[in-house]
Amino acid sequence: MRHVFSVRIGPVGFRIGSDWRAPIAHLESLYAGYPAPQGGVPDFNVRLFAARPWRRFVRPAVMIGGDFVLPEAAPLPLAQGLLAAEMAMNLQMALGQRHYLLLHASVVERDGRALLMTGISGAGKSTLAALLGARGWRLMGDEFALVDPETGAIHAFPRLVSLKNDAIGVVEAGVPDGRFGPLLAGTPKGDIRHLVPDSAALAAMDRPAIPALILFPRFGFEPAERDVLPSEVFVRLTQASTNYVALGERGFEALTRIVKTVPARAIDYPDTESAIAQVEALWAAL
Amino acid sequence: MPDCLYRMARPEDVRVVHLDSFMAVYHRSSGLTHLITAPAPEILVTLGEAGMTFNALRESLADAYELGDLDDAALTARLDELVSAGLVSTA
Repeated sequence: MRHVFSVRIGPVGFRIGSDWRAPIAHLESLYAGYPAPQGGVPDFNVRLFAARPWRRFVRPAVMIGGDFVLPEAAPLPLAQGLLAAEMAMNLQMALGQRHYLLLHASVVERDGRALLMTGISGAGKSTLAALLGARGWRLMGDEFALVDPETGAIHAFPRLVSLKNDAIGVVEAGVPDGRFGPLLAGTPKGDIRHLVPDSAALAAMDRPAIPALILFPRFGFEPAERDVLPSEVFVRLTQASTNYVALGERGFEALTRIVKTVPARAIDYPDTESAIAQVEALWAAL
Repeated sequence: MPDCLYRMARPEDVRVVHLDSFMAVYHRSSGLTHLITAPAPEILVTLGEAGMTFNALRESLADAYELGDLDDAALTARLDELVSAGLVSTA
């Protein structure tokens, strides 16, 4: 392809090719400081391409391709090329990752122990991870927790933190020193802006952590907490995993180990300050 | 099939993990995970590898567990489900 960028995020290498320069320029800027894939060989290839040759120039629309594709994926306008690249990279992970059990969760770490936060879109897992990352926690990722089936450890996948709609202003205010990507307005997911993980997150991204607490946050409710039984955790994490079935018995062993050994709590919170206070209190009580 | 012998699947065919009142069972040949609750775990534990007839199972369950209104029809339905999932075999 005309323009190419390669990067390693945690243990996973990507090679992104594009018909256009602009998405690659954004990636080069925002992923500056990230290493190249191990041995120069990526785990996944991503392609951003024009559906027809003239669509490189006339109302340019970015189609998403790569090792793994969704046939019904709709193209995005070139102005949202960065989003297309990020979506394509996530898609490769969701459909193709076989080394790790993937949980759709954000992860932060302190003292070698990981806090996993998972929930439906809008639960606030990216927002909370970004804010905790600015308050003494190490950001390990806002999208996927990578569970090593052999050890049970969580590997970091600190890609750009994807902030949507109201979360953008909250994190801009809460992380005033943060480096942000361009505002992508009017995407299929609403307004999106990416936060670049800080230097501490990058420096430690090859250091796994032992899972210590699983949270199921829910935004928009009065503060409340409850224990979550292992059977419910098991069901919710199978639903939060994109490759549990594909991993077969390795996935079963990895997931049941987490469920049996890591405490889980559901928390409701009305605002992020309340959530952070709840998180800190729960962590201190471990 | 009153004289039919029911057996829990062999250990090499399933992986069982107990989770509070549920039992997570991974069935190796199908690759399916089953999350089962009363009376299914009790049925599996009671049958064991040696297995037993329907009547013996009903009596053993009644002796060992408080399973409420588990009548013959309900027990037959649960056994049929376990057989179709590959967690119980018949001979």
